[in-house]
Amino acid sequence: MAGQTLYDKLWSQHLVKERDDGTALIYIDRQLLHEVTSPQAFEGLRLAGRKPWRLDANLATPDHNVPTTLKERAEGNAGIKDPVSLIQVQTLDDNCVEFGIEEFKINDPRQGIVHVVGPEQGATLPGMTVVCGDSHTATHGAFAALAHGIGTSEVEHVLATQCLLAQKMKNMQVRVEGKLGAGVTAKDVVLAIIGRIGTAGGTGYAIEFAGSVIRELSMEGRMTMCNMAIEAGARVGLIAVDDTTIDYLAERPFAPRGEQWQAAVADWRNLVSDPDAVFDKVVTLDAAEIEPQVSWGTSPEMVTGISGEVPDPAETDDDTVRRGYARALEYMGLAPKQKISDIRLDKVFIGSCTNSRIEDLREAAKVARGKKVADSIKLAMVVPGSGLVKRQAEAEGLDQIFIEAGFEWREPGCSMCLAMNADKLGAGEHCASTSNRNFEGRQGYGGRTHLVSPAMAAAAAIAGHFVDVRSFGAQPVAEEA
Amino acid sequence: MRKFERTEGLVAPLDRANVDTDLIIPKQFLKSIKRTGFGVNLFDELRYLDEGQPGQDCSKRPLNPDFVLNQPRYQGASVLLARRNFGCGSSREHAPWALEDFGFRAVIAPSFADIFYNNAFKNGLLLITLPEETVDRLFREVEASEGYRLDVDLESQRVITPSGEILEFEVDAFRKHCLLEGLDDIGLTLQDEDAIRAFEQRHRAERPWLFRDTAQA
Ligand code: SF4
Repeated sequence: MAGQTLYDKLWSQHLVKERDDGTALIYIDRQLLHEVTSPQAFEGLRLAGRKPWRLDANLATPDHNVPTTLKERAEGNAGIKDPVSLIQVQTLDDNCVEFGIEEFKINDPRQGIVHVVGPEQGATLPGMTVVCGDSHTATHGAFAALAHGIGTSEVEHVLATQCLLAQKMKNMQVRVEGKLGAGVTAKDVVLAIIGRIGTAGGTGYAIEFAGSVIRELSMEGRMTMCNMAIEAGARVGLIAVDDTTIDYLAERPFAPRGEQWQAAVADWRNLVSDPDAVFDKVVTLDAAEIEPQVSWGTSPEMVTGISGEVPDPAETDDDTVRRGYARALEYMGLAPKQKISDIRLDKVFIGSCTNSRIEDLREAAKVARGKKVADSIKLAMVVPGSGLVKRQAEAEGLDQIFIEAGFEWREPGCSMCLAMNADKLGAGEHCASTSNRNFEGRQGYGGRTHLVSPAMAAAAAIAGHFVDVRSFGAQPVAEEA
Repeated sequence: MRKFERTEGLVAPLDRANVDTDLIIPKQFLKSIKRTGFGVNLFDELRYLDEGQPGQDCSKRPLNPDFVLNQPRYQGASVLLARRNFGCGSSREHAPWALEDFGFRAVIAPSFADIFYNNAFKNGLLLITLPEETVDRLFREVEASEGYRLDVDLESQRVITPSGEILEFEVDAFRKHCLLEGLDDIGLTLQDEDAIRAFEQRHRAERPWLFRDTAQA
């Protein structure tokens, strides 16, 4: 019999019951909760008179609606000016108190974007099943955890039963081999993968990222990759356990201690695909061919390298694709064959669960150090992913580098990734963004998003348009131990 | 959950691939803490010419006359015909809530995004996957004849066109059963409470570090 993939192992370790019709009940080890997708789930429990099955499996924090300006944040929930946002955050607080769930509230230093907070706390561990009412839950797969987004009815289902009804996915392996060029990051790799397989390329699959490039990535880089698995259509992104994973987790607040740690590490070492495991589909990329990426359209698959140009819809034969391209160019205000480096920007956003971790901020700071944001840029903002990331960055002096260059240094939250709080694009504005979605209106009504890495975003802020960060003269930043 | 009844309904064609959940229901409407009332903001950015705000009276907003759901011939549609990868993007269940609340009972497309697919079935919205050529042909038929209706029968897994043509579709047995009976998933799962407890005990014994109270003991 062929060996098992990492996904197969995680699946069978959590299988409670298989039904004849192919659906299965799988056990959930961790549920992360935020204010947007949980209120109706708690309401459902209340109406049915049900209690959460296991309190300690849940962890909550508000992130989508929280303001990111210091003045507002100093006031706690009262600083949320939009009354509807306030109700949502308040409702999360109330529900957590009522049901007894641990929450990092708005001004807790541990508050942040759920997908930054979980791993940072060690609340995401290898071998866990992790769910959250949020599609970017795929992020946690970087730890060899079976993690995916679920809908609100499923949030309620997990709260009430500690289980999820699921169907086994197919296995895909995406191998990235070779060595990345200087200035090419995990974000560029994952954008290149999505450009290759398309936004529906991973539908129905769990994607395991593998190959020498992935092994050399830090945990931050791995999280960036898995975060965007969903942008390739795959609910699950996975990366095998190695020393990098284990080193990252040691001493994290929720991580096991003492003998438990030893036992856990021994077990985690098995969380790799067997050498003879069979994948339903394998895609291979050569690292040497990946250059810094920039998305030009309104879907993450509409992406190309910095030296490239906007495509000409007339040059594709697929009817649906052609109309999609034409519509995207119209929305984005771009011309066929326009050079990517000619796209002028209005705003720059460095943040989101894709790229707001300490390493992302270091990368951006390297580029911004000693430079100035172009006068034509109306707003360049850096939003750390959590209070702890913010603290760490400040300890390293990164905040000063950004502030001196003319960036705004903000409080943690989702911010302009989806603009549910006050941080938004205006209609027609072009934004270099380190987030994960460039859908129409995502960052504000009529806003035009270009997805890039933190280093590329910082370089674009300084130049006022996209530039190749590889020839931009990044300055090394002294890294603190 | 509402039961899915056989639907003989007017079809509206949304001719666009990769319709994402941000497009189905923009984020500002996600601030509601309720499950209902999202229908007026379905496809908000396509449907209205201004930027919508939660709680606003939508009857006074300028409609985009070019948008398909605003055209008189598609008023009252209950079947949405769509293109590939419908419902991609976020996990927001507000997307099926909005489609349902607007009055759609079924969506037909060549493919759907995974999370959206799950969410729809949990809310009584039937998603039907048909081959791309068939969907293409349906688009042409809908556009060619005003008042085009489809008979959607989940029981027999068939869609019947006005000319009597029968299009069969696949749906997994469990989802079909829940939809036809309007069953509550949680109640069903709790029938397996003993199996869950037994699993949990074994799981904890094998991997105590996955549980907070035993991880640091
Ligand atoms: S940062 Fe963006 S993508 Fe990530 S959880 Fe927040 S809104 Fe979603």
